[in-house]
Amino acid sequence: MTYETVIGLEVHAQLLTRSKMFCSCNADYASAPPNTHVCPVCLGMPGVLPVINKKAVEYTIMTALALNCTIPEYTKFDRKNYSYPDLVKGYQISQYDYPISEHGWLTIDSNGAKKKINITRVHLEEDVAKSQHREGYSLIDMNRSGVPLMETVSEPEMRSPEEARDYLVKLRSILRYLGVSNGNMEEGSFRCDANISLRPSGSTELGGKVELKNLNSFKAVYQALQYEVKRQTAVLEEGGTIAQETRGWADDKGITVTQRSKEYANDYRYFPEPDLPPLFLDRAWIKEIHDGLPELPEARKERFMTQYCLSLSDASILTSSRTMADYFEDSVRLMGPDRAKLISNWIQGDFSRLLNAVGIEIESAKISPEELVEMLTLVDKGTLNGPAAKVVFEEMFHTGKKASAIVEEKKLSQISDAAEIKKEVQQAMSGNPRAVSDYRSGKESALAFLTGQVMRATRGRANPSLVREILIEELRNSQE
Amino acid sequence: MKLSHQQVEHIARLARLGLSAEERDKFSLQLSDILKNFEVLNELNTADVMPATHSIPLQNVFREDEEASSYSQDEVLANAPRKEENCFKVKAILE
Repeated sequence: MTYETVIGLEVHAQLLTRSKMFCSCNADYASAPPNTHVCPVCLGMPGVLPVINKKAVEYTIMTALALNCTIPEYTKFDRKNYSYPDLVKGYQISQYDYPISEHGWLTIDSNGAKKKINITRVHLEEDVAKSQHREGYSLIDMNRSGVPLMETVSEPEMRSPEEARDYLVKLRSILRYLGVSNGNMEEGSFRCDANISLRPSGSTELGGKVELKNLNSFKAVYQALQYEVKRQTAVLEEGGTIAQETRGWADDKGITVTQRSKEYANDYRYFPEPDLPPLFLDRAWIKEIHDGLPELPEARKERFMTQYCLSLSDASILTSSRTMADYFEDSVRLMGPDRAKLISNWIQGDFSRLLNAVGIEIESAKISPEELVEMLTLVDKGTLNGPAAKVVFEEMFHTGKKASAIVEEKKLSQISDAAEIKKEVQQAMSGNPRAVSDYRSGKESALAFLTGQVMRATRGRANPSLVREILIEELRNSQE
Repeated sequence: MKLSHQQVEHIARLARLGLSAEERDKFSLQLSDILKNFEVLNELNTADVMPATHSIPLQNVFREDEEASSYSQDEVLANAPRKEENCFKVKAILE
């Protein structure tokens, strides 16, 4: 029997506000010593009064609009009650039956075809404290407690681990375009839980649902889902059934393992948060937020394809991050739209390779669009040839020096002086009489060999087409 | 509505309370009485009434996204029964 995979994702993203969700403590705790961004509100002391951070609501509305959600006029916060050491109040302020938004969608490109994935809701809540596990006890740092956390829930509409990964990449890209989250999975500012079940192909009934946790990277999400598809298929094929449970991804072993579930975890006894008056979302405010939305990845991708005649794959890669797309457009503006393909090739080729090797994003690179264009203009003018341009670019990347300065310093400018090349050609011929006679007896490959010798002797600086031209001429002359 | 022993034990578990058998019987009766009192409210016809979630007519109370200084680490940890490495020390969190 064949089975169909059914996947739904819940994504929690910390919002990039300056202060926390319900108090004025600094929300950026990344490099702060433990328990230094804490006050009685986020410490859960009795008698305190939380107050809603307007920016966090605005960021959630921005996201909801970008995800084509409906924003109701009325929304409220609720208390979600459960006992856990990282939740000091005994409840998390979240949203239950009246979330900030519902019924949205985003599109993914799956194997070249567009697919719409519906989004159930986007709501706002607060993050919990951070715990470190030690031998026999745990340590709690409250800095993270109360940081605004936006939850996006998808419908169970992904049919493969690949689609789940595409959805996640797309959602992160949208959040980063909006500037509402940095989307960093490794640092935990963008977290994902995955629900996965299998059902016999053609059936509409969902099988036992397994919730996967501890997915700390895109790769982990993908691998854990792949593992679950295999595991659940094997169980079903042996006639077994899949129990509804929570499993954690063990990255080191590459498997999922049953997690001891929190007892009665699903009995959250939600009730309206009495300390927070409800929100009536003014339509004029929603419109103002809507009008202020930046161009989103999907629209920008389409525009890149028509405006710069780029392929779908080029446009997808260039628009995957807003900063890369900006970098590309800034460069094109300086050099002209007819050079878009050349710039696209450099950004996706040498530039991306170097960025990946160092592990940084394009916005942290030492090369500005102006400097990239200066280098490419040197190639246009004939000062630099192809191989030398690669050397210069790498040097620019590591030192931040301008292309012209590197050319000067390393004497990399291209030799296009015919007399000088002729001298090198004659030397190569006299040094390789065998190749010369091979050529004369009709062996074409000898020409490439001799060209290579000249390029080597000039350390790659000779103009290759001129070398070839002069070489053919000299071979013919000496024969006569 | 009469609460079963099981329901009372479930509620006690959620509240992290340990009950003796006598307490369980006693609270089972008391909680049932409380619920019975609330059932009086069900006699009212509320078909045309919007559910109210808050008792005071306030709405849209926001603060601007501005940060202010937090408490000092010493103050934050002042009431902690146990601490280590400037963190609150708690029982092991079992996974």
